[in-house]
Amino acid sequence: MEWSIEWIFLLLAALVVAFGFGVFVLNRRRAPARTDRPIAPAPVRKPAPETAVAPETAVAPEPAVAPAVVPPASLRDRMSKARSTLAGAFASVLGRSGIDTDTWDELEEALLRADVGIGVTTGLLDDLRAQVAADKISEPDQLLAMLRSSMRSRLEISERGLRFDPDLDGPNIWMFVGVNGVGKTTTIGKVAAQQTAQGRTLLLAAGDTFRAAAAEQLQTWAERAGAEFVRGAEGGDPSSVIFDGVERASARGIDLVLADTAGRLHTKTNLMEELRKVRRVAEKGTGRVTETLLVIDATTGQNGLVQAREFAEVTDVTGVVLTKLDGSAKGGIVFAIETEMGIPVKLVGVGETAADLIAFDPAEFVDALFES
Amino acid sequence: MFDTLSSRFDGILTRLRGKGRLTEADVDEVMREIRTALLEADVNVTVVRSVVNRIRERAIGAARSQALDPGQQVIKAVNAELTAILGGETLKIAFASKPPTVVLMAGLQGSGKTTNSAKLANWMKQQGRHPLLVGADLQRPAAVEQLRTLGASIDVPVFSEASDPVRVAARGLEEARRLGRDVLIVDTAGRLSVDAEMMEQVRQISEAISPDYTFLVIDAMTGQDAVTTAESFHATLSIDGVILSKLDGDARGGAALSVKEVIGRPIAFASTGEKLDAFEQFHPDRMAGRILGMGDMLTLIEQAEKAFETDQAEEAAARLLEGQFTLDDFLEQMQQLKKMGPLGGLMGMMPGMPKELKGAKIDDDDLKPVEAIIRSMTRDERTHPGIINGSRRQRIAVGSGTSVAEVNRLVSQFAEMQKMMKRFGGAAALKGGKGSKAAKGAKKGKKGKAPGSFPGAGPKPGFMPPGMHDLPGSGLPGFGDLPGLGGPGGVPGRKR
Ligand SMILES: Nc1nc2c(ncn2[C@@H]2O[C@H](COP(=O)(O)OP(=O)(O)OP(=O)(O)O)[C@@H](O)[C@H]2O)c(=O)[nH]1
Ligand SMILES: [Mg+2]
Repeated sequence: MEWSIEWIFLLLAALVVAFGFGVFVLNRRRAPARTDRPIAPAPVRKPAPETAVAPETAVAPEPAVAPAVVPPASLRDRMSKARSTLAGAFASVLGRSGIDTDTWDELEEALLRADVGIGVTTGLLDDLRAQVAADKISEPDQLLAMLRSSMRSRLEISERGLRFDPDLDGPNIWMFVGVNGVGKTTTIGKVAAQQTAQGRTLLLAAGDTFRAAAAEQLQTWAERAGAEFVRGAEGGDPSSVIFDGVERASARGIDLVLADTAGRLHTKTNLMEELRKVRRVAEKGTGRVTETLLVIDATTGQNGLVQAREFAEVTDVTGVVLTKLDGSAKGGIVFAIETEMGIPVKLVGVGETAADLIAFDPAEFVDALFES
Repeated sequence: MFDTLSSRFDGILTRLRGKGRLTEADVDEVMREIRTALLEADVNVTVVRSVVNRIRERAIGAARSQALDPGQQVIKAVNAELTAILGGETLKIAFASKPPTVVLMAGLQGSGKTTNSAKLANWMKQQGRHPLLVGADLQRPAAVEQLRTLGASIDVPVFSEASDPVRVAARGLEEARRLGRDVLIVDTAGRLSVDAEMMEQVRQISEAISPDYTFLVIDAMTGQDAVTTAESFHATLSIDGVILSKLDGDARGGAALSVKEVIGRPIAFASTGEKLDAFEQFHPDRMAGRILGMGDMLTLIEQAEKAFETDQAEEAAARLLEGQFTLDDFLEQMQQLKKMGPLGGLMGMMPGMPKELKGAKIDDDDLKPVEAIIRSMTRDERTHPGIINGSRRQRIAVGSGTSVAEVNRLVSQFAEMQKMMKRFGGAAALKGGKGSKAAKGAKKGKKGKAPGSFPGAGPKPGFMPPGMHDLPGSGLPGFGDLPGLGGPGGVPGRKR
């Protein structure tokens, strides 16, 4: 038989996909907002909440997360546990008598190794080259100082406090989103411990109804922090779990709801749409989402920027939590995320216990890259 | 996964096509582009350096040969090198002569060890084995619980106890012997390579159970750090293979290349979704083709063979070319396709897909309205969509929960597709015989008659069904020129 099954199949595959896709998906994308019925009997949404959260207006940004309970460890100390390959490169640059092509190559490699990415790295070094030529710089230490300050200046966003609006009628809601396994649930546990220690009352809502034992994991953290806990049925609708959590918090006068969500790859359209809905439904009652934190794992490479873009599109991300900085990965992707998306890194995870969450300080972050 | 990498190569090669032969300066330019592409794909800097050097040598050598056009030369050089790095072989699991075969799972936090332990157990079951899972992650809250739930869902027993991880692993081994389970899979807590204490603990676990296989689970989204992690886990545990997780995302997965290059151990399995059967043996030899934008044709074919009723597919295709393909056939084929896995994944694997479509996010759910509409039709309507008039449209729209406009669109696109296929079938028939010749003509023929842009692709012009790339308008450079990758029919060693 000469007919090849491969060919038949490929043709059909293309047909079915392209046909179905052509007819509907593109069509819909052009005219979105079609159906999507709300699940909870929908009280009319109050018009104002979004503006109330805007940083310049009503909300007083917090200085940082719970400075009182966070151990005073600096980011620098915590990050430098790992042998810094960057530091090695910088030392070698300093060891040279002048600035030559090897110097530039080494700097480039060092930045790339930190996952800063070829785009940002090239931008940084091009600027630096121009500056070196203009100011007739010849000393390696001057060069490094310039690089350090230009890296800091790329992390310029000054607004890094967590937004909490004390004047809300209902609870503040902080949502945690991100791809699988980055540390969402653990971060919630840490934030819960620190916020309760600060005197706030909290409720944790187990919006991950998908992954096996995800609710149990969150419950453990809730117990550790002395926070209320709400869960739903496994496989149930995450928006209704979070809605229930907000309702309960509202009824009991709880200050803050931390909403966990299932890890999801940003490429899965239906799961991303689900997240959009979760956020919408969370605000059906008196509660307002005042933070949507995207959790990014420091080991993430260039895909991190794509993640930021996609999650921002469905949930209006207000900040990034960079986890696992206690490992050997440097998390350089945040340069691209901050400069391209304008989303500030707010918190940094440096371990697995409640104390291992600290405020992000750009200067320290950059310094930690340079020193070891 | 490697989408952007391949589109970048596509771009370079298109430019080279215009040239008669490559100068060294051309080679340098190409190498710069390749370097950038690899870096954007998260291939480790050190690995990139050595790879690019090797590719350059091959390319310069090839450029002197003058036998091939420059595009072909470079494709060959890149393909050869990437294939060499990714390794030529599939890891074959050799089961221990004295059971159980012991497998240790290790990796960073959040890389996917627990899920992949269960997936591996499921895979072992499909190989006719009787695995026992051991939950030795006593660190993360509810990790054991997660494993128990997963184990229950695939009907594999799970052992754990609240003691310490080394003891749990050792007791797990005893338990496997006692229960006569022939495979033991030990899940461990995620740990950082810089955490000396935790690395010592996993070394002790390994010592206690002397695993036949130690797998390192690596997230496909990992950046430069993949190398550091792989090196230190390898130094501590002597890794036998890598499980690449979360490959269903859009990360380009350069980590796979890096890890293979630095520890020299094969990528054994690829994990491609949250469901427990989204797990397959990794085929390193296919990855290079994928990097080059030729789609992971072989994987696709294998999946197709599993899912498709061959005869039925052949019949459907024949009817298709004769213009007798009905909406019923369409629905049927769609169901078959779905069995093969998420459509989005299939799209990514399909060679020559324009990147707008490749990058487009497709969910199986997106096709639901199509299904609903067809299901709301009577049998007559499905066979002769021509009879669908205004009131029928109204009824179908209501029945399927869609709009009349959507029904209209489906019906008219279907008609157009039928027309086009009939034309294509006719052209093929002229060359003597039905599909086989069509396929061949498509493969070889730059002269073949192009059916124009593909009607179903809607606003994206230029989409061509695979296998027809070299027809005018397809625009995939070099496709069909590589030995063994020339087209589905030309895949070596596949019988039929
Ligand atoms: N070393 C270290 N480990 C962390 C950090 N944050 C989280 N982890 C670990 O990473 C692993 C995954 O964390 P989870 O909180 O379960 O991640 P998640 O995003 O909720 O995962 P899913 O819900 O499965 O998508 C756990 O083992 C955590 O202990 C961190 O800052 N440092
Ligand atoms: Mg979680």
